[in-house]
Parts: sequence; C-alpha cells; structure tokens
Amino acid sequence: MKGFWSRFCRHKAAVVGLIVVALVLIIALIAPLLYPVSPWKMVQRPFLPPFANPNFPLGTDTLGRNVASGLAYGARVSLLIGTVSTLVALAVGVPIGALAGYFGGWVDDLLMRFTEFFQTVPSFALAIVLVAIFQPSLVSIIIAIAIVGWPPVARLVRGEVMAQRKREYVEAAILAGQSDLTIITRQILPNVVSPIVVLASLMVASAILLESSLSFLGLGDPSVMSWGYMVGAARTVVRQAWWLSVLPGVAILISVLALNLVGEGLAEALDPRSARDAA
Amino acid sequence: MTGQLRRLLVPSISAFLALAALPGAALAQQPKEGGRANVVIQPEPPGLMLGILQNAPTQMVSGNIYEGLLRYDEKLNPKGQLATSWTISEDGKTYTFKLQKGVKWHDGKPFTAADVVFTADVFLRKTNPRTRASLAYVDTIIAPDDETVVFQLKQPFGPFIRMFEVGTMPIVPKHIYEGTDFLTNPANNTPIGTGPFKFAEWSKGAFIKLVKNPDYYEKGKPHLDEIYWHVIPDAAARSVAFETGKVDILPGGSVENFDVPRLAKTKNACITDKGWEFLAPQSWLWFNHRGGLTADVRFRKAVSYAIDRDFAREALWNGLGSVSTGPFAQSTAFRDEKALVKYPYDPAKAKALLKEMGYKGETVRFTPMPYGETWLRWAEAIKQNLEDVGIKVDMVNTDVAGWNKKLGDWDFDISITFLYQYGDPALGVSRAYVSSNIAHGSPFNNVGGYSNPEVDKLFADGATAFPDSARQTIYSAVQKKLSEDAVYAWLIDLKFPTITHCNVKNLITTGIGVNDGFKDAWIE
Repeated sequence: MKGFWSRFCRHKAAVVGLIVVALVLIIALIAPLLYPVSPWKMVQRPFLPPFANPNFPLGTDTLGRNVASGLAYGARVSLLIGTVSTLVALAVGVPIGALAGYFGGWVDDLLMRFTEFFQTVPSFALAIVLVAIFQPSLVSIIIAIAIVGWPPVARLVRGEVMAQRKREYVEAAILAGQSDLTIITRQILPNVVSPIVVLASLMVASAILLESSLSFLGLGDPSVMSWGYMVGAARTVVRQAWWLSVLPGVAILISVLALNLVGEGLAEALDPRSARDAA
Repeated sequence: MTGQLRRLLVPSISAFLALAALPGAALAQQPKEGGRANVVIQPEPPGLMLGILQNAPTQMVSGNIYEGLLRYDEKLNPKGQLATSWTISEDGKTYTFKLQKGVKWHDGKPFTAADVVFTADVFLRKTNPRTRASLAYVDTIIAPDDETVVFQLKQPFGPFIRMFEVGTMPIVPKHIYEGTDFLTNPANNTPIGTGPFKFAEWSKGAFIKLVKNPDYYEKGKPHLDEIYWHVIPDAAARSVAFETGKVDILPGGSVENFDVPRLAKTKNACITDKGWEFLAPQSWLWFNHRGGLTADVRFRKAVSYAIDRDFAREALWNGLGSVSTGPFAQSTAFRDEKALVKYPYDPAKAKALLKEMGYKGETVRFTPMPYGETWLRWAEAIKQNLEDVGIKVDMVNTDVAGWNKKLGDWDFDISITFLYQYGDPALGVSRAYVSSNIAHGSPFNNVGGYSNPEVDKLFADGATAFPDSARQTIYSAVQKKLSEDAVYAWLIDLKFPTITHCNVKNLITTGIGVNDGFKDAWIE
C-alpha cells in the first residue's frame, strides 16, 4: 500500500486531480449546509452578474436563482450519477466478462455477441432513447448510462480473465477441487482488479459528461439541478449572460479532467511493471 | 423578496413603456413615400393563399395581399375596409354591408358583391373549418346589387360582427376560383387579392417579395414601394440580422424572449406589445378535474394564490402582457372585472387553504409545455412557487408530441398552455370550459374536463343572445361562476412584442398588428 501511494504521488498531475476530486466531493457533501435554500428558489433579480452582490458571488440565472448554489448541488448530482452508474455498469459488466473469459467456448460466444449488440449502437444515441422512453429521472438516467457503459467493462474483464485462466495457480485450484465460482471470485478476480479500478475511474468521468449532455438536451431529471441543465438552460442567453453557461461548463471540465488525471495516476501506480521499476 | 425584485425591475420596464410609446407619437408626422420594408418571417409559410392556409406566417404575409370586409382597432371595434358601411337589423339576424366602389383585383378585374358571396358561401365553407363553424349560423348570403351584400342568420349570433377580419374571412376572386378545384388551382402560387400590396416573387428559403399596388383604391396608400419578408431559420441569426440592419422589423415571437431586452436597448430600436388584441392569447394552468387533488376546489384555489404572476411577467415576458384575473383575456369582449373572484399572489392564503383541506404532501404531476426555453423556465418558476407553499410537485418533461398525447389522453394533474380567444367568448373562450367540448385526443379543447351544466347553458345562451347587453349579463355570470370554481389558474394575457427600427412608422394600427399593418406603414 505504501508503495502504491509513493508511486501515485510521483505523478504530480494525478495528485492535483485527486485534490480537485476531493474538493468537489466535499462541496457536494456540504452543499445543503452552504446553501440551505433550494437551488431552484428565485432569490434575487434575474441576470445578476458575478461579484455584483457579495451574497451571490457567482450571480443569478434567468429566473434569479443562485448560480453558486446550483453549482454546489450540481456537484452532488454529477458525482452521484457518475459513481452509481459506474457501480451498476461494473455489477453487470464484471460477471459477464468473467463468465465469458473463464468458460470460453459457446458461453463466451453467446455473451460476447450479446455484448457486441450493445457496442454496435452509438452509446449516446442509445442513452437518449432509453431516457426518453423511461421518462427522465435520476434512476432512468443512471440505468441508461450503465447500459451504455457496461460492454467495455465486460470486454476488458473477459480478456484479463482469459489470460489468468491459463496460469498455473488456476489449474492448481481446479485440481484442488474448488468450484468454478470460488475460483473466479477468490482466485482470478483479485488478480484483475487493477485494470478494473483504472477503467472505473475513467467511467465516472465519462458518465458525468454523458449526464451533462443529456441534461443539456433537456433530458435531465427535471427536479434536480445539474451542471448540464445549467449550461443547456443558459445557451440561449449566452450573449447577455456568459457566466450562466461558462461557470457550469468550467465545473464539468475541471471535474472530468481531474478524474481522468486520477485514472492515469492509478493506472501507473497499479501497473506491476512500474511497481518493479520502483522496487 | 418579490418586492425587492420589483423595485429592481421597475426602471427597465419603464424604459420599455417609454419606447413603446414612441410609435404613437409619430402618428402626427407627414408620411414619407417610397422605400422598402425588410421583415423577418418565421417560420417560412407553407403557402400564401390565405383562404386555404391559416398558419400564422401565412396570415402575417397575406394579410397585406388580401382584405376582409372589416378591420378591427385595438378595442376590437369594426372599421371599414372592403365594406364602407354596415347595418345590423333590430333582431340581430340581418347583416347588410355596403361595399367600396372602384375596387380592382390585382389582375385588373373589378371587385363586386358577387366575389363576397362566392367567398363566404362557397369558398370558405369548403376550405376553412373555423370560419365554417361560425357560418353554420348563416342561412343565406345574397347580393341585391353589385355594391351590397346581405347575410341572413338563422338566429342571432353576437360574435358574427367579429368574423370579417382578413385572416378569418379573406375575400377571394370569384373569376379565378369559380368552378375549379380550390386546393390545386395554380393561382394559389400567385395570390390575387385586393390589398395594398401585390405578390411579386418568392425565392424559397430566402425571401418573399411584395410590391406596392399602384391602383389601390385608398388614394395615397400604401406608402412603401415594396416589402421583403426574409426567411432566417435560426433565432440567433434573426437577432443579428436586426442588429446589422438587414431587417427592420421583427414580428412577435421571431426572437427568443430573453433576447428582447437586449435588442430593445440597441440603437434605434423601438418595441411595442400592441397588435395582439384580436387574437388575445391567454395562458393558464390546466387542472385535471377528473380526480385527485386538482378535483378539490380548495386545492385549485391554493395553487391560484400560490403563483407569482408578476414575477413571471417581469422575468420571462419582459414586462409585456398583463396578469390574467379571470377566464376572459383583457381585450376579449364582455370581460367583466367586477364579476370576478380574484386570486392575487398570496402564499399565506394558499397555505391556509391547503391546511383546511388537510393536504398531507401528496405529489401532483406537472406537465410543462415544451414550446421553448421561456415555457420551460416558466414551469420551473411555477413549480418553485408551489413548493414554497408546501405542494409537492413532480415535473413530467416530454416533447411536443408527448405533450399533445398526454393532454389528449388526460394523463396529467396540472399542465400549462395558451390559446387564442379571437375577440369573442363564443369564438375562443367557451371551447375550454363547456362539457360538450370534452373529447379524447386534442390538447386544445376542454382538456381539464370541467363539467358544469350551469356553465354549459350560460355559454350556449351567450352565443345567441341579442343584443349585446343581454350577452353581457350572461357572460358576467359565467365569469363569476368560473372564477368562483377556480376552474383553471389563469396566468398572463400574453403579448408578443414587435421590435422595429424606430424609423418604421405607423406599422401597428389594428388589433391584428403586423398581419394587416403595412397599408399605413412608412419608413422615414
């Protein structure tokens, strides 16, 4: 563990990314303390520019809603959707990939054709259709993002499991009479967890982007304030009130960038070759 | 909070009003002859034959090519156009029109009473459903001589006098259409009217060009030489075209609401909200009367009290239009302010009503109208108003097709809409309240399912009562009853601002504004 940290910290960019992610997380957690009033409440005159009123440092939007409060609550939504949809995608993708890679043969064929079926449809188009059919809500958005997100997981896990399947420790386990389930969960998966962790951190970032895109198009959950919604609602007034699109846009940019940096840092730190180099 | 908001907004609104007053002041000046008007038309109309097509952009262009027997001022009083005078018999059943002399069609043929009879009795009965419905009250239409037309009604029908506007009854040339298939007549592509402007050229996707009718029967009119209607599909590009001076006139609804104040502040820009009195679009919240919370009158009243209409008018509609206090829009005939039970913004009263009915935080579904940013923002503001008094709201977002379907299937608790009132309660108001107009599948009838035999009878009597004083008594009673029941939450009588460069003078002179405005307009 200590080795992991020191390897991770060798990446300055990754550390910066981690700090930013931590900051966003903290803001998301304490948003209700910072802004006890709902971010939807009209609190000041509309189109108040940033820094014009010390109580509303980032100004107000088209209806006089507090932009700072919207950004804080938007962080909650973005992180929530990012993590939950990634967890759901992992929960679907990891078992499918593991089964396909472990058993091979017709099981592999069947599961991979099924996976390819999802991979051939453009993911954003599929997400739009799913959300439109199931009515926009937090749950339907999470499900839609997870549905377009699990196939790469399945393919990655399948490849890794296949490689492990031929190792001697797996054959030993088979000879020892362990059940397939035990071998997959106790023996193989712990050995392929590193690439999954890296992929997951990048998936959180892309899920945030996907949610923002959906909200931008008006397919967000209408009862939660999200960054994508803020950009989408402000695009028609960009010439009068630049801050309404720019601030949430920057929030999306920074968060996604930070998550990507963390992902890269993790990839380096978890790579066994770089571990050997360090040793 | 809202008090503070209002104080902050007042200066900008007074600026609007000051600007709005300018075109009126120009009336006294001597008109300048010649010049070209550049106007935005949005979207591009499907055609220009006003007797067949009723789309808003068709009405806007062709109202200057065709003419009706009458025009209507902003108070909806009839003024002469193709008719110079008219009389209504004592029993309200015989309408006699004396026509203009010396009127020629754009192709040079003379205009006579036979054209009017053909238009009303043959052409429009076949092509225009809205006009056809009202013409059902008409027994015979005859022309005793070339300059007289007599409409004989089966029973008195008060709104009949408001039927002669150019969009509702454009007079079409008998010599071109008689005996042909109206819908496929090639002349539809080169419309022939009697109006101040003649059709010249239509370059699809680019512009429609009208030129001055040199033989126009009103001497000295029109003042302009030509009108170019520019087709510019993108809202932002339309704003830019106005700023760069490519176009001088932005008719109502051609730019985003949020862009209006910015454009109004640009150099040489004048803005007015006049010219919508005849159509009188009114917005309101539909309540589903078929069950649930919205079937309880106390809940409907609570919602009506909870909504801050002044805020929406200022923040979303740029301070234009006026707050609705009842089912009749401000400019609709027989509106009776005194008969109304009113619901001003009063969250405390709303909370008290909710408490009285024992509301326990049940969720109501709110289906916004997906007609663009303004309507979605408005729905969000209303949702917040309702949550401020403790009503739990679940927004059900959908697209236009989905919204039509949800309302047509009555699958909603609360929704938002606006409908034209066409000047008279029998033409545009009753359709949202009478039980005979409850029908699956349309989002524009009595969608809420309000059913009250007393109201049904009042509306039926009101349409055929005579004279107007009798109609007034009936319609005052209707307004009292509807507002007592808080049938719907009336929001704002909308006005879509027309933005022009200030050197465009005298454009909006009637209750339909730009639609027949170029006859008197001139450019300095």
